[in-house]
Amino acid sequence: MEKKFMTGNEAIAEAAIQAGCQHFFGYPITPQSEIPEYMSKRLPEIGGIYLQAESEVAAINMLFGAAGAGVRVMTSSSSPGISLMQEGISYIAGAQLPCVIVNIMRGGPGLGGIQPSQSDYFQATKGGGHGDYHMLVLAPHTVQEAVSLTMEAFDLADTYRNPVMILGDGYMGQMMEPVEFYKTSSPNLPPKDWALTGAKGRSANLVKSLYLDPEALEKHNLEINRKIQKMRKDEVRVENYQTDDAEVIIAAYGTVARICKTAIKVLRDKGIKAGMIRPITVFPFPYNDFEKLADKMRKFLVVEMSLGQMIEDVKLGLCGKAQISFYGRTGGMVPSYDEIVTETEKLVKEVG
Amino acid sequence: MQMDFEKIFERPKTLRPVATHYCPGCGHGIAGRLVAEVIDELNVSERAVGVAPVGCSVLLYNYLEIDMYEAAHGRAPAVATGCKRVRPDLVVFTYQGDGDFASIGIAEAVHAAARGEKISTIFINNAIYGMTGGQMAPTTLIGQKTTTSPIGRTSERAGFPIRMAELLATLDGAAYIARVAVNSPKHIIKARRAVKKAFETQIKGLGYSMVEILSPCPTDWRMTPIEAAKWVEEKMMPYYPLGEFKVPQKEK
Ligand SMILES: Cc1ncc(C[n+]2csc(CCOP(=O)(O)OP(=O)(O)O)c2C)c(N)n1
Ligand code: SF4
Repeated sequence: MEKKFMTGNEAIAEAAIQAGCQHFFGYPITPQSEIPEYMSKRLPEIGGIYLQAESEVAAINMLFGAAGAGVRVMTSSSSPGISLMQEGISYIAGAQLPCVIVNIMRGGPGLGGIQPSQSDYFQATKGGGHGDYHMLVLAPHTVQEAVSLTMEAFDLADTYRNPVMILGDGYMGQMMEPVEFYKTSSPNLPPKDWALTGAKGRSANLVKSLYLDPEALEKHNLEINRKIQKMRKDEVRVENYQTDDAEVIIAAYGTVARICKTAIKVLRDKGIKAGMIRPITVFPFPYNDFEKLADKMRKFLVVEMSLGQMIEDVKLGLCGKAQISFYGRTGGMVPSYDEIVTETEKLVKEVG
Repeated sequence: MQMDFEKIFERPKTLRPVATHYCPGCGHGIAGRLVAEVIDELNVSERAVGVAPVGCSVLLYNYLEIDMYEAAHGRAPAVATGCKRVRPDLVVFTYQGDGDFASIGIAEAVHAAARGEKISTIFINNAIYGMTGGQMAPTTLIGQKTTTSPIGRTSERAGFPIRMAELLATLDGAAYIARVAVNSPKHIIKARRAVKKAFETQIKGLGYSMVEILSPCPTDWRMTPIEAAKWVEEKMMPYYPLGEFKVPQKEK
C-alpha cells in the first residue's frame, strides 16, 4: 500500500473512516480542528454524517444517540472541550455504549493555551466524569501509531461496549509523517442486539444509565467493573525500548516518548545505557511491566508535558522499589531531547 | 345467548399494561397515552424511538412498548439528533419537562429546532420542577409559590417565565409548533391532534416539530387534581396562550 504524507489530525480522521466510522459530531477547537474539517469533507462523499454541534455538551450526546442506534461514531476535541464532554462520557459508560473520543491535548487549566500538553492524564485515566467507570485510553507516539490505534479503538469499543479515548497532543495533531493504512481484520465482535433500531420483530430495547434501586445499580456497576477487570487483564500494551541492558529507565508516553527515543540515542552515544518504558495504553496502565523492571533496575526518570500526573501510576507500579525522579514541562512547553539527556545524567550521577 | 359487542375504546397497543408512577391528577399520564395513541394510529411503533430525559418524564420508557433512550438532563434533543441522523428511517421524539427543555437544555432545544432536525418534541410545561420536589422552573409564573420562590416568583429576583412555543416558532428550522393543554377532555382532544401533526411533520420530512403541553402537577402545586386542572385554565393559559404558532408551509 502506498504511503501518504499527513498530519496526525488528518491521519486519525482517515483511520476512523477506514475503520468503518461514517458518523462524526464535534465542535471546533485548536489544535484539533483539522479532524472535523477533514470529516466534513470526506464523510458526505461516502454517504456518512458530519454534523457540527452547538457545543461539546451536545456533540457527546449526539454520540450517545448515534452509538445507541448501533453505528460506529466518533468525536474529537481538545482539553476545554473534553472537560465539557465529561457528563456525556459518564452517561455513555453507564449505558455501555461503544464510541471513540479523540483528545488532542493543549495546556490548561481553564482556557490555558493552544500549545501541546499532557495535563489531561488524570481526567482521561481516572474517570473524569462521575461514577464508577473507566475509558480505555490509547496514547500513540507517532502518526503511524495514531492510525493503527484509532482503527483498533473502534473494535475495542465494540468489544467492551465502552468509550475508548485516543489521547494525543497538539504536537502529534500537527506533525506530518508518511503513513500507511492497513486493513485490520476485526475480531469476532459481539452483535449489537441491544441497539435502538425500531422494535420490529423483537421486544423493545432500552438504552439507559438510570437504576433507582441501589441493589440494581450495584449489580450494574459490577457488570461494568467486570469489563474493566478484563481490560486490565487482556488489553495492556506497552513498549519496552532498549531496556534489556539499561542502567536507567525513562518512563514516558505519547509525543514525549518519541523525544525520549532521541535522548536515549544521545545518552547511549555518551556511554550511558538508557532505556524506556512506554505505556501505549495509559488505561489500563502497565503496572506489572513496571514492577518487573523494578526488580532489576533502580533508577527511573518520568518525563511528561505536565507537572506530574502519570508519575503517580509509575509509583504504584514500582511499589517503592526504585528511585524515581521527574522532569516535566507545562503550559505548552515541549521538553527537548537535550533537557532529557541532562536530567538523565543527573539521575545517574546522584544514585551513583 | 351470546352478544357481540364492538370495542370502541381500548388501551393503545404501544401503552404497556402497567400502573404508572405518576401522582393522581398528573398530566404526564395523559400526555404519554396520547403519544402511544398517535404511534398506533400512524402505525409506526416498529420504527418509533423515544428519548426520555431526567425529570418525571424519565420513566416513560417503562410505559411505552417501543425502543427508548434515557438521556441526561436537558440533552434529549442532542441524543435524538444523533439517532435520527444516523437512522433517518426512524421516527424519533423527545419527551421533556420544562426544567429540562427550557432551562438546562435550552441550547440543545433551540439548536435542534434551528437545524430543522426531523424529530418531534413533546414538552410538558407544568411550571415547576416536579421530580425534585417543586422548585422554581423557568416557566414558573410571576407570583407562583414554589419551594425556591417561597414568597412567590418576582421578576426582580428571577426574571420572567419563558414561552418556548413562541420562541421556537421564530426559527426557520421549526416546521410545526403548537401549545395545547391536558386539563379537560376538550383540550385533550386538541392535544392529541397536535401530537399527531407533530409526528406527521417529521414523517413527511418537513422539519422540527414541538408540542408544548400545559400539564397539571397537583403534588408540587399543593392542590387537588380538580384545583390543578382549574389552575391550568385560569392562571397558565392567560400567560401561555394555546394554539398553533407555526404550521408547515406546504400545508394548506
Ligand atoms: C445535571 C443535573 N442537574 C440536576 C439534576 C436533578 N434533577 C432531576 S429532575 C430535575 C427537574 C426536572 O424538572 P422538569 O424538567 O420540569 O420535569 P418534571 O419533573 O417537572 O416533569 C432536576 C433538577 C439532574 N438529574 N441532573
Ligand atoms: S410530581 Fe408533579 S409532574 Fe411529577 S408525577 Fe407528580 S404530579 Fe406529575
